[in-house]
Amino acid sequence: MRLAAAVAALAALLPAATLPAAAAPDPARGEQIYGRCLACHDLARDRVGPRHCGLFGRRAGSVPGFVYSPAMKSSGIVWNAATLDRFLAAPMKAMPGTAMTYDGIPDPTERADLIAWLEQAGRSAECRAVAR
Amino acid sequence: MSFLSMPDPFAARRLFLGRTGGVLSGAAVALLAGNHRLAAAADAPTAGDAQILNTALGAELEAIAAYQVGAESKLLQKPALDLALAFQGHHKEHADLLAKTIEKLGGKPVAAKTKYDFPVAQLKSQADVLRFAAKLEQGAVSAYLGAVPLFGNRDLAKAAASILGDEAMHWAVLRQALGETPVPSAFVA
Repeated sequence: MRLAAAVAALAALLPAATLPAAAAPDPARGEQIYGRCLACHDLARDRVGPRHCGLFGRRAGSVPGFVYSPAMKSSGIVWNAATLDRFLAAPMKAMPGTAMTYDGIPDPTERADLIAWLEQAGRSAECRAVAR
Repeated sequence: MSFLSMPDPFAARRLFLGRTGGVLSGAAVALLAGNHRLAAAADAPTAGDAQILNTALGAELEAIAAYQVGAESKLLQKPALDLALAFQGHHKEHADLLAKTIEKLGGKPVAAKTKYDFPVAQLKSQADVLRFAAKLEQGAVSAYLGAVPLFGNRDLAKAAASILGDEAMHWAVLRQALGETPVPSAFVA
């Protein structure tokens, strides 16, 4: 019994011992990736797409005065790391009818970096000024 | 040879259009051939295609307005001013073609906004204006790259790729004008 417990404990350790730990998301890389979004988005300003300040915790389709697609407005999504990850992987598949006609970011590491930067940027002075 | 070092940017643009007009015309003709030809194709355009074009049109209209802000800022000197106006002209041509195509597909083209919210207070020098334009062009390259694989119709994808190429040249020339490496990598994303 003690042997079985020891084997189980070793097995639990095995993945950590044999696989490299996943790198933490890198907001600096995320900022570079955000360059792809700049045709339509800005942190503090509504453009072809809505502003990103205040994104985390915001209900999709809820920036006042911005005209959304019906699909986005009725999605019921609240933006967080998980919902952004799903959406950014393939926006038009995740939300048919969205006006964000972009193929998406298939690389999960790039998505994680971008999301980390969006979260960090949301706490920036630029975004705090928008919130005031 | 840089556009900026050419004595007459409009002559350079005419030269460019003269060399590439055949290719662009081909894509444009495919786009504007009308619903009958497009509908007859095996990969007939979808409502999704019209939506993709409309999002692109919105970005093109904003780019036209952004270059107008740059041109009227009094921060751009020749030949950068001529360059900005030439690039704005390209965006007008893109917007015109996109709007006509959306109509031919039975969609309603988005109109230009009555007011755009640009960071004008942050534009204090020619370099600021060029950097602002370069960021928009970089974003446009990514936006078209992200749109090309989504089209149901290959002619539309080809036309979007043609516009992508133009935006990429804008971005490179603006980077060159800013003293940056004009083509920073072998691939765009």
